[in-house]
Amino acid sequence: MTFHSLKTLGLAAMLAGTVALPAWAETTLTAVMQAPLRSLDPHLSTAQIVRTHGFMVFETLLGMDEDYQPQPQMADYVVSDDMLTYTLTLRDGLMWHDGTPVTAEDCVASLMRWSQRDGSAQTMMEYVDSIEATSDSELVIHMKSPFGPVLELLAKPSPIPAFMMPKRLADTPVGEQIPEIIGSGPFKFVADEYRPGDQAVYVKNEDYVPREEPASWTAGAKVVNVDRVVWQAMPDMQTSINAIQSGDVDLIEQVTIDLLPLLAMNEEVETGILNPLGAQVTGRFNHRLPPFDDPQIRKAVMYALDQETIMQTAIGNSEYYQLCPSIYGCEVPLASDVGAEYLEGSAEDRMAKAQELLAASDYDGTPVLMMQPTDLTVLTTQPIVAAERMREAGFAVEVASMDWSTLQSRKNGWQPVDEGGWNFFFTYWGVAGIWNPLVHSLINGSGDDNTWAGWPVNARMEELRADYLTAGTLDEQKEIAEEIQQIAWDDSFYFNAGEFKSVAAWRTELQDIQSGPITLFWGVDK
Amino acid sequence: MLTYFLRRLLMAIPVMFFVAVFVFLLLRLTPGDPAQAIAGDQASLDQLEAIRDSLGLNDPLSVQFLTWIGNMAQGDFGRSLISDRPVLEMIGQRLGPTVALALVAMAMTLMIALPMGVLAAWRHGGMTDRLVMAVSVIGFSVPIFVIGYVLIGVFAVNLRWFPVQGYKALADGIGPFAHRIFLPGLALASIYIALISRMTRASMLEVLREDYVRTARAKGLPEGIVLFRHALRNAAIPILTVIGTGFAMMISGVVVTETVFNIPGLGRLVVDAVLARDYPLIQAIILLTAGTYVLINLLIDLSYALTDPRIRYQ
Repeated sequence: MTFHSLKTLGLAAMLAGTVALPAWAETTLTAVMQAPLRSLDPHLSTAQIVRTHGFMVFETLLGMDEDYQPQPQMADYVVSDDMLTYTLTLRDGLMWHDGTPVTAEDCVASLMRWSQRDGSAQTMMEYVDSIEATSDSELVIHMKSPFGPVLELLAKPSPIPAFMMPKRLADTPVGEQIPEIIGSGPFKFVADEYRPGDQAVYVKNEDYVPREEPASWTAGAKVVNVDRVVWQAMPDMQTSINAIQSGDVDLIEQVTIDLLPLLAMNEEVETGILNPLGAQVTGRFNHRLPPFDDPQIRKAVMYALDQETIMQTAIGNSEYYQLCPSIYGCEVPLASDVGAEYLEGSAEDRMAKAQELLAASDYDGTPVLMMQPTDLTVLTTQPIVAAERMREAGFAVEVASMDWSTLQSRKNGWQPVDEGGWNFFFTYWGVAGIWNPLVHSLINGSGDDNTWAGWPVNARMEELRADYLTAGTLDEQKEIAEEIQQIAWDDSFYFNAGEFKSVAAWRTELQDIQSGPITLFWGVDK
Repeated sequence: MLTYFLRRLLMAIPVMFFVAVFVFLLLRLTPGDPAQAIAGDQASLDQLEAIRDSLGLNDPLSVQFLTWIGNMAQGDFGRSLISDRPVLEMIGQRLGPTVALALVAMAMTLMIALPMGVLAAWRHGGMTDRLVMAVSVIGFSVPIFVIGYVLIGVFAVNLRWFPVQGYKALADGIGPFAHRIFLPGLALASIYIALISRMTRASMLEVLREDYVRTARAKGLPEGIVLFRHALRNAAIPILTVIGTGFAMMISGVVVTETVFNIPGLGRLVVDAVLARDYPLIQAIILLTAGTYVLINLLIDLSYALTDPRIRYQ
């Protein structure tokens, strides 16, 4: 080969490099999420992973900022002085991912679908007279009577946010999944590359016009700095750890606490808490079945169980869990110490109190059936620890091991234990799903069949929950929320076993990772 | 031969029907609710009921079964209850990695296990034999996930010769494909190397005592020809049986390897489907697996005739 041909080849290579540069410069952020994405309809599922997927593709009329305040997002709003009319005006430039403009009619249809699925939205609709589109860009909510948390509900990030979608999708019956994933959010979903349970791919929505305010949780400017985001499911945490160390993935949404030391010595990987809200572990009684239909026997359990022991066994590292009596989460505006008497003193003292209460009760020694999920690491140990404490208090306890799917299904029935019923089980709730009396499913005191498993009955609780909805100020709301919390402890609605935080890991190439009630992929740079 | 082949294929129909009925009923008897998997933990009973209605899960079992069988007869295996995608499309997405992994693992097994077994039988009682047996005991005893982690630790994390996880299809290039599949293939092959090398050794030991082997040696044939052309061919029938059933077991049992190496194959799909009670998907995968077993058994039977001319099927 001559010098001339070498030079030509070199030039060609340089040109090829120049031409190919844009493709090479494409940035892809690969993340291992806390669960695989198997269904895509964000109105249909309360699963955290579906919610996070929802915020990638869809938007809400209002966003929630880090001070827990609703802020304009798709729409600016005006509330009438009498709190009976909410006027929402869509901002300019909003387009669906199929290229059609977002209209107020789309948003009305989306609100109607959302309100059929979300529990707190159903409550709101009892106060709503009408929701109508008054022009292409304006919708108005008329209330029958004042309802305090309208804006908060439109902005809430959990369990089912008020995501907007085109009317043709929002008209899908509520029991069916929407046939296409078309939103107006900062990312577009790539349907062709989706493998349910394994991979989901999103690309930057080039037509998205972010707001001008700084990003704060789900509010403000959603500026996307990467071209693609790939969610990869990895069922084995050790594989995820290996993958982030080798650079195969950029982010792990939730690292198992006991594997954190493997990452501590790697200078290319950082770890930290991205979701400051955490999750509350809850032990739920079946109030319809003996022995926990008796409040005194439930109270014995409340004293017997010990937050510290349960969290130490489940989480281990006290840096990542918190103990507090607040039923709304330890660090939210409504958090208070009401009910702390159930957690005061040593575990031994409280056990003595539990034994005393149980001995004085009508408990006849019937075994308590405690359900234990074996395939959900974060909830596997609590039943074992709790069962030991309850046995020490004088209960006969049978721990029934089963997979999470069986437990979820079994919890919905109230038939006797020998016919497939249950008495007690643990689960956990993201704090964004329990942070006030409106969204908190565990403090519903109506005893209605259609409420979340456990079915406690308490008339005063229902009065207070109704009062909360019409409370005008934060002080009033706090006062009501505290009384609700006291009843929840006194009447043993459930045992609050403490709060834990999820730890994420990311490679140091990632900059400006955002904190939020879900994992946020806007703002982050690579 | 053709008549035999067709008759065996026809016999597979009642077998598959029985599997279909059994799987359908077993899944309906298993506790768990697909609607709950779709709606999440916080859904109300009304919401779950609405989803069940829309999925047809509230219909009588007989109606559900006949609908399923009727649709399958027309080539429609249904849609996943959870993802609402066609079941065949989902299986198609995952079949490639599993079959590729099984084929690579089987190729590695044959390349390593057959020479090992022949060598061990040839040097029966010697150091080589003991070494081969020791390797095979280790292959049997150490779980695949341990072998997988050790391979990843040594060759991917420390030496960085291979990626730690993931899969590339052959369509992406032979290099990336081979690079990603080598370690999982080796991990999956480990137990089959142990199994087939032992089987080969045992079978060869019997054959090597035969008169015709002595005759071949007496004729002055090179030892390699004696071992591989005369002895191994006559020892092949039990080895072929183990290879065939081993391949079917690989297809249906790769879940651990797929999990450790994060390969998006059928094994992981079926585990996900079972945990979510995704009935149509589970049913289709089990039917596919049963069909694979039937087909492989048939191929094994036919291969006997090819290796042993004395065997004839009517």
